[in-house]
Amino acid sequence: MKYNPDKNGYYGEFGGAFIPELLYPNVKELEDNYIEIIESESFQKEYKALLKDYVGRPSPLYYANRLSEKYGAHIYLKREDLNHTGAHKVNNTVGQILIAKRLGKTQIIAETGAGQHGVATATVCALMNVECIVFMGEKDIERQAPNVARMKMLGAKVVPATSGSKTLKDATNEAIRYWIQNPETFYLIGSVVGPHPHPDMVARLQAIISEEMKWQLKEKTGKENPDTIIACVGGGSNAAGAFYHYLEDVEVELIAVEAAGLGVNSGESAATSQLGEVGVIHGSKTILMQDEYGQIAEPYSISAGLDYPGVGPLHAFLFDSKRAKFMNATDSEALQAAFELTRLEGIIPALESAHAFAVLPKLELQSDQVVVINLSGRGDKDLQTYIKYLEE
Amino acid sequence: MNSIQQLFQKKDKNLLSIFFTAGFPELHGTERIISELGSNGVDFIEVGLPYSDPLADGPTIQHSSSVALKNGMNLDVVFEQLQSLKDKNTTPLVLMGYVNQIIKYGEDAFCQKVIDCGIDTVIIPDLPMVEYETHYKALFAKYGITNVFLITPKTPDERIRKIDELTEGFIYMVASSSITGAKGEISEQQIDYFERIKSMNLKSKLIIGFGISDNTTFTKACEYGNGAIIGSAFIKSLDKDGVEGTAGFVKSIKGE
Repeated sequence: MKYNPDKNGYYGEFGGAFIPELLYPNVKELEDNYIEIIESESFQKEYKALLKDYVGRPSPLYYANRLSEKYGAHIYLKREDLNHTGAHKVNNTVGQILIAKRLGKTQIIAETGAGQHGVATATVCALMNVECIVFMGEKDIERQAPNVARMKMLGAKVVPATSGSKTLKDATNEAIRYWIQNPETFYLIGSVVGPHPHPDMVARLQAIISEEMKWQLKEKTGKENPDTIIACVGGGSNAAGAFYHYLEDVEVELIAVEAAGLGVNSGESAATSQLGEVGVIHGSKTILMQDEYGQIAEPYSISAGLDYPGVGPLHAFLFDSKRAKFMNATDSEALQAAFELTRLEGIIPALESAHAFAVLPKLELQSDQVVVINLSGRGDKDLQTYIKYLEE
Repeated sequence: MNSIQQLFQKKDKNLLSIFFTAGFPELHGTERIISELGSNGVDFIEVGLPYSDPLADGPTIQHSSSVALKNGMNLDVVFEQLQSLKDKNTTPLVLMGYVNQIIKYGEDAFCQKVIDCGIDTVIIPDLPMVEYETHYKALFAKYGITNVFLITPKTPDERIRKIDELTEGFIYMVASSSITGAKGEISEQQIDYFERIKSMNLKSKLIIGFGISDNTTFTKACEYGNGAIIGSAFIKSLDKDGVEGTAGFVKSIKGE
């Protein structure tokens, strides 16, 4: 399909594998094997069984009655927040640990921002009895304490990234540096970023989200396709999963919501598509926030999971080709949206997911419009931030 | 013939190359460092363009990069510095930077500046062979710029042969599976790898880098390659003794 990467890992002009020579054999091994593994019967059987009985899939597609009433459209929520470990991240980690096992890997490393991917990785490593090291920005370790505790309880070693902005970008740098020095390790990347084939592998594993949406919508509305799908984008894995099986269906409007932080032009933002330019980050040619000399910018968002200066190459392509519409939401809009969803539907979303809801007031919705919002994670990890907001 | 190939014609054993980060420890030290290295018998010099996210570098060079950036170093400043010493300097220079710096500066603008500085050789650790072949080879050829490829203990023989074919000058032979500045001695495993590469009888010269830090490791590396590159150890020396320590540092490496 048009939205699959070409043989060099490119989506249009975005993608590729800009990696030091030391990583070449490892990346090549994965590239040579990942599709065959993912498409094999034994993998599919094990993956689907774990998704069902361990993760709790299919995740429900819930008709949000009061939210729909408020915005005058038919709004469905894809409940990734109900997955084991509380977010969509586990779809990917379950898949990748099975790939790692088939490649004979005995040590897993991962990066994490909000800690959701770290927890999801530590979880599957406990399940499969594999050693796990998670790199996490020092700043994120402070603001996501419950997830740090979870990872440790699950037996993972959490290594603080102390360089740069001490957030997700730097955790990814440290993970890649460790990988270079320990090329036998398996880098279980958490988003649709990194060198080819990582973005495609993660997209294929998250594609379960839109695969389920198709039959769930058919059951509920009589049609497989909604009019609009909305998802938040940091690196972009939940959006990639929610969009995946609809990419070719051009009549389905795809909306990617980035974190605007204190405002797109405030200097404290993570709205990559608005502020970024073409460049290379973490082994992939994409759109990224940088200064005039190509030094990578330090992004900002209240949400640790969206605090990333790039987007996956697929998203750069969706933006560039205008297949997806890129919007953004500020910290305060996301917080308001989180409280609105909580009060209207009794669901406390993750701050990341709240950004997707925050664009609802900005859309001109039709009364018969079917909208699916990918509710990518739950808000337990963000309670501290929410409590602080309540008090202010 | 590029400047490094000319150097090899005069000398092809025990070549000493030193890396430093432009803008470290101070913004305007580039000229002095190059002149000190040259006058103390360093054969060619690698000038590192400080980068915010240097994935292939260890903590020492990362630190030097972030200090250099804080000092206000950027591509325009470094090009200006290098251009101004072009007529005085006789030691061949090699530029080392990350691919994003080139893309953002503008690929043609970058190449033109490199040439204007009298430099014709670049090392871009995150530029893979496939990208070189599909795009950068033609770009660099237009300006007469040579790209240096890296090989590692994990690089398959067949790929090494291909790199050898694409190389005009030298192959940067990464001594171990590591980022820069790691480890510090040469193991038997590394010797096996050096022997293996040596026995391949490549047409390109071999310069060994990563983990070369003193006279012992330099001498050992020179038994198997045409020379060696020292980076982190020199950055540490600059940090401790400043530019004044350069002569002593180079002497200690050469065992003089």
